Amino acid sequence: MNRITDELLRIVSGFQGAFSGAYNIREDGQCAGRRSTEHVQIDSLPDKPGLRITVKPGTKGETVYIPACVTHSDVNDIVYNDFFIGEGADVTIVAGCGVHADGEEEARHNGIHRFFLAKGARVLYKEKHIGTGKGAGARRIDPVTQITMEDDAYFEMDTVQLSGVDDTTRTTSAVLGARARLVVRERLMTNGAETAMTDFDVALDGEDAGADLVSRSVARGHSRQTFRSCIRGKTRCTGHSECDAILADEGCVIATPALEASHVDASLIHEAAIGKIAGEQLLKLCTLGLTEEEAERKIIEGFLR
Amino acid sequence: MLSLEHIRWSLPGAGDILNDISLRFAPGRMTVVTGPNGGGKTSLAKVIAGVEQATGGRIVLNGEDLTNASVTERARRGIAYAFQQPVRFKGITVRDMLELAAGGQLNEAALCALLGKVGLCANEYIDRDIDASLSGGEAKRIEIASVLARNAEVSIFDEPEAGIDLWSFTRLVDTFEDLRRTGHGTLIVISHQERILSIADDIVVIADGRVRDHGPRVKILPTLLAGEMAGRCPLGKEDAKV
Repeated sequence: MNRITDELLRIVSGFQGAFSGAYNIREDGQCAGRRSTEHVQIDSLPDKPGLRITVKPGTKGETVYIPACVTHSDVNDIVYNDFFIGEGADVTIVAGCGVHADGEEEARHNGIHRFFLAKGARVLYKEKHIGTGKGAGARRIDPVTQITMEDDAYFEMDTVQLSGVDDTTRTTSAVLGARARLVVRERLMTNGAETAMTDFDVALDGEDAGADLVSRSVARGHSRQTFRSCIRGKTRCTGHSECDAILADEGCVIATPALEASHVDASLIHEAAIGKIAGEQLLKLCTLGLTEEEAERKIIEGFLR
Repeated sequence: MLSLEHIRWSLPGAGDILNDISLRFAPGRMTVVTGPNGGGKTSLAKVIAGVEQATGGRIVLNGEDLTNASVTERARRGIAYAFQQPVRFKGITVRDMLELAAGGQLNEAALCALLGKVGLCANEYIDRDIDASLSGGEAKRIEIASVLARNAEVSIFDEPEAGIDLWSFTRLVDTFEDLRRTGHGTLIVISHQERILSIADDIVVIADGRVRDHGPRVKILPTLLAGEMAGRCPLGKEDAKV
């Protein structure tokens, strides 16, 4: 494992020289380390690059680390990871990704993660993305997350991208069974000429399923963000999506929320707000002794926390 | 000592909102600024805090001219201001706000003490965002607590009673009394509430952007109350138009 991977792992997954529990480290398309545990089995897929991660039913409190790093330009890494979470399991999965471009060519990681949650399974999925390096080549990360949830399953996705990724398309889709619940918290900041696209598609198929999608983003410089979401209520269910964006400089955010209700008891809500930092917020923090720059930094830091 | 010398503040098209206001606020005293709606009380508070810049006159704190100082500079020199309408933030918690106000980390006991002064239980609030999930009264009390946390030389509270329930208001009056009794800096409270007026050291009456009356409570309050009981404008606003 090289020095850049070490640093990227520290940022995206809190790596401190070792992981406790099951893990697989992917470096420039290759496996740089793997460990299974009694309750979590990690195997290579036989037919394509990627992993099959199997969490045994009833597993509680384990954390599984599946980070991926691209450490130089001219790498286009695509990986397919399938997660099978057994009935009644309750685990945390950390799957950050860092791309480092040091040359003229592009550095790209495209992780296609599929989750299959059995009845009553619970997952906290933490995903942090970052781009580093001074090369002119673009840093791209295009995560795809597909979630299939059986009855009473719970999936919480905490996804963060705060700097250095020139272009990203973040696609998340989910199908929920009865009483299953999906919670997504996305935090995104773009700067310079970066572009980011977020696309959520959630099907609330099971009775009393629920989804709560919240995206908070900051667009600075000349960056451009596109937010799309569609929550489909096909039975008695609840869905909420919220897109809050702060614009600074010449940033641009396009939000296109959609709700599709095809049942009289589908209760779906969308909220969206895009604008600059409110002047009264800056003033309030200035009355506490902060400069305008400090106040802006504090407001954004809190907003994206 | 905070001195206002011939303060004016005007808006294009609206004329003078504040007109030739001269006042002195002594350390360790509580002054309640009262008067009819639209008379200029909140404008005066904002001009002192630097949220609005005076268009004439001088603001002097302990001999230092703050007339052209920014909001930040005034805050750093000891002026704290509780907004009449509390500001909401997504992602800034009550703990964050109080620690920003205090200028450093606060332990649980300190947070408890601060929030207790405005009738809130720290355990229930410190990790909550100051956002729309808080009621108007809760947000208002946190706004007041943020000014108490500053422990400033001059603390200005703009209608602290607005939106607060009776029980919390009673607690708040006790807090102002404590601050006054302990000689805690200079307190300037904008209020119409008799219970707050009745604990003031001094009262300033503002109407139509001018000081209509000012002096010790024992002199001003009876006049205000007598006028009110007689069914007249207790603040002499009608007189001002004659």
